[in-house]
Amino acid sequence: MSAPHTGQFCALLLRRQLLLAMRRPIEMGNPLLFFTMVIVLFPLGLGPAPDKLAIFAPGVLWITALLSNLLTSDAVFRSDFDDGSLEQLVLAPQPLFLSALAYILAHWLTTGLLLALVSPIFALMLNLPVSALGTLIVSLLLGTAVLSLLGGIGAALTVGLKRGGVLISLLILPLYLPVLIFGTAAVQAAVTGAPSGPYLAILGAMLSLAIALAPLAIAAGLRISIDA
Amino acid sequence: MSSSAAGAPLLAAQSLSLVRGGRELFCELSVEVYGGQLWQIEGSNGAGKTSLMRILCGLSRYGFEGEVLRSVTPLYLGHQPAVKALLSPRENLQWHVSGEGLYSNEQIDTALARVGLCGYEDVPSHTLSAGQHRRVNLARLFLSEARLWLLDEPFTAIDKQGVDETQALLASHVDGGGAVVMTSHQPLQVTCSVHTLNLVHGVVS
Repeated sequence: MSAPHTGQFCALLLRRQLLLAMRRPIEMGNPLLFFTMVIVLFPLGLGPAPDKLAIFAPGVLWITALLSNLLTSDAVFRSDFDDGSLEQLVLAPQPLFLSALAYILAHWLTTGLLLALVSPIFALMLNLPVSALGTLIVSLLLGTAVLSLLGGIGAALTVGLKRGGVLISLLILPLYLPVLIFGTAAVQAAVTGAPSGPYLAILGAMLSLAIALAPLAIAAGLRISIDA
Repeated sequence: MSSSAAGAPLLAAQSLSLVRGGRELFCELSVEVYGGQLWQIEGSNGAGKTSLMRILCGLSRYGFEGEVLRSVTPLYLGHQPAVKALLSPRENLQWHVSGEGLYSNEQIDTALARVGLCGYEDVPSHTLSAGQHRRVNLARLFLSEARLWLLDEPFTAIDKQGVDETQALLASHVDGGGAVVMTSHQPLQVTCSVHTLNLVHGVVS
């Protein structure tokens, strides 16, 4: 019996993480519920005037998406650390940064992807023009993937700490800011009728960079956390 | 067939020294583990057994002096059973994060039956007891083809019969040319010879 090669192993990890997420639907639903609650609260706080809401809609949607991502990023490696699986993963003969990428992909599929897919409903609640919905979805798809990768770095570094929640926010919020700025700008541009392509391209570039570098940082973070 | 000193050592630790919390746990510790050897690391609580195991398997990479050479990929079983409560024992072994091998259903069923979990293959692991979790973890020993086993307290929460069976498994692994390094407080009752490394006295016998 030879060890599964790297691609097989990553597919296996992805399937395992997705199944674990499916078996705990409440945890998968939590970020969506958070997203819903905050979006529903905004019209109550800002006043229900449709034109006023439309101005704030891109920012509100993006900030809420970012916060709901921050809420879940702490949990990526937590349970595996607690039950000892992470030690085994670190010792696995396959490269750790690719395994980490599989974990992040599973995290994104169960948070960012779902959020991007349901976002049009909430965008309409906030009176975002229908013409901007496409840009909103694409910007969230690209942006939340970057957020998941960055969040993974924080999660890997703080997984050994009992209460890493606050620390992880401090660590990775600064890295989240460029994503928020360009994500909001893309939707804003689509609302005003300006081309949103350049902003999306920048988000895409951020994603490429994050895919290339974040897994290495995550792998190093995990090794440090396991060692400590 | 303890053709012990044949070939290169599977695991060689050279002059390991570790200081934790201002206390020297071990100093200039050197040990070579060959195929066909069973090593038991002894020492009281806090003597540094687990720290040594983590250094030997490669989880600890900093904070100690010395060098560890591994010529094969070891199988390491730590304190935590690495069993996911939401997965069944079968799924736990099938999709294990250690990336050791892809096992067929028959292989997994056989391994689970060997550790006394026949009939529990497909129940969620959170319905199993702590000892049964450890047994799921021990089933990896039946599946693994690793030559070197590093076992940290493998008998914790295992009942008496399970301990006997595991010891028999260790002996047969060693007879087959494999090597085992383990920590345990219990004296081993195995058919093969046991090399002892005592961390308190620093004696290798």
